[in-house]
Amino acid sequence: MTAPGLYALVGVALFCMSLHAVIVTESPLRKVLAVNVMSSGVFLVLVALARRAPGTLPDPVPHAMVITGIVVAVSATALAIVLINRLRADGEGL
Amino acid sequence: MNPAEPAAAWAVLLIVSPLAAAVIAFLVQRRAAGVAYVNAVLMTVAALGLLDAVADRPLTYALGDWGAPLGIELYADSLTGILLVATSLIILSITFYAPDYLARTRTRRSFWPLTFFLHAALNGLYLSADVFNLYVALELLCLAAVALVALGDSTAAVTAALRYLLASLVASLAYLLGVALLYHTYGALDLTVLAEASRGGAPPWAALGLMTAGLLIKGGLFPLHFWLPRAHSEAPAPVSALLSGLVVKAPFYVLLRLWYGPFEDAPQAVGELLGVLGSVAIVWGSLQALRQERLKLLVAYSTVAQIGYLFLFFPLARAATVVDAVTVFIIAHALAKAAMFLAAGNMLYCLGHDRIQELDSIAGRLPLSLAAFGIAGMCIMGLPPSGNFIAKWLLIEAAFESGAWAWAVVIIAGSLLSAAYVFRVVGHAFTPEHGFEGGTPITTSMAWVPFLISLLALLLGLIAAPLLEVVELPALAADAATVRAP
Repeated sequence: MTAPGLYALVGVALFCMSLHAVIVTESPLRKVLAVNVMSSGVFLVLVALARRAPGTLPDPVPHAMVITGIVVAVSATALAIVLINRLRADGEGL
Repeated sequence: MNPAEPAAAWAVLLIVSPLAAAVIAFLVQRRAAGVAYVNAVLMTVAALGLLDAVADRPLTYALGDWGAPLGIELYADSLTGILLVATSLIILSITFYAPDYLARTRTRRSFWPLTFFLHAALNGLYLSADVFNLYVALELLCLAAVALVALGDSTAAVTAALRYLLASLVASLAYLLGVALLYHTYGALDLTVLAEASRGGAPPWAALGLMTAGLLIKGGLFPLHFWLPRAHSEAPAPVSALLSGLVVKAPFYVLLRLWYGPFEDAPQAVGELLGVLGSVAIVWGSLQALRQERLKLLVAYSTVAQIGYLFLFFPLARAATVVDAVTVFIIAHALAKAAMFLAAGNMLYCLGHDRIQELDSIAGRLPLSLAAFGIAGMCIMGLPPSGNFIAKWLLIEAAFESGAWAWAVVIIAGSLLSAAYVFRVVGHAFTPEHGFEGGTPITTSMAWVPFLISLLALLLGLIAAPLLEVVELPALAADAATVRAP
């Protein structure tokens, strides 16, 4: 197996494991962390699949997609943490 | 001058103006409502202008002259135009309703910037021509919608918002993984290119599964609607109207474009499965609506049921009338559901609660709001001349054309069930008063806006025919007029 193929498989594994974690964990903060790991898995797949043939330069388009994806993930995490903080202030424990 | 240039200008304005309005409304919060009126009127004009310009020939516009794949291309055809007009009309009416409804809440300052972001996301989504741009628009839509739900300001509202956010993020990531697989297979993101390159194989089918599952979560189709009733009912009434009327339609629109693009040759069984889920949603959502104690939850479950009708599109996708049916249905449901949520909001505002059992005397106190609820209810049931009637008629026609009459049975059963839950509310509203005095009086615009929207929903059937003349198949046209910088 080629290295990019292996990375892509690891990415898919991370995606599946954290999907499981999002569903089964109770704590909202853990759920948010799981979603973050999940997005890292998707980014790993994107970066790994960017190298189409050995010895050639990787395709820049998936890299651009990963950068956009990171921005989205950061904003979503910030919003989730604001909501969790608000719940904690209301006395809904983590 | 290239005749497509005005259309390109309208398309750019439709995205830039709400974004600019969001920033302005954030900076000068006292004047935010004024900005909202200007933006809403401008958007309605721009959407009508774009619809007029693309009715004959679809448009592709490369922003900044950077073509695909690294640049962003906008695409508009008649379906885009009609959905943009419907979106701006709903937002225009909410602009007249929300200032009074939110006047006394702590969170009113945040409402306008978030609503503008929501509007920009919806416009951007309808104008997108590639699967990654659609992802970005879906994410912006999700962030704005979640923050708007949290404006409900109660623990229940924030809990519902967090649940909505987590469900939506998982959905987006599933969609994005599907995009990665599609790009790996075809080396393209553009919907037209993907449609031409479309062929079977393991990665595209995995992409089909992932992207469809993600969009079903975001669209709230049974059994993935678990986040929807709470989020839609705990939000403030204007937000509920935006979410149920507009936001849940966006993922369906994406699925529609994909179904005529990269997933054109999807196995018939996938379409049948979506149709079955839609049917279960119709029956189950209606039964849940019947069981609810609170009015806003009843309306939210009615949305769960009505979303089911949209998904009857997929098993019938090959029938001639089905695209017309879903287009009319999207607009008709948006109007009727906005009217219902705003009317329910008035009852909640006036009485301080929305327990259906205790809605007595509403007939005397809020006659226009009750009329709006009743008329919108008639539309949801699908009585003529409402747009829903035309849509259901066309769907039934499509079912018979495809020789699949079982779908027609579901459509009719859903109408009967919706009649049951609408009459349950109207019945309680007319029962004699039990000595309840006082309550908060509602303003004139709060009373009239839902009533006028419900009338529009009722009369939509009369203008549906000219509307439908311009709708084409939702496959992106490869011969679209292209605008490039000089």
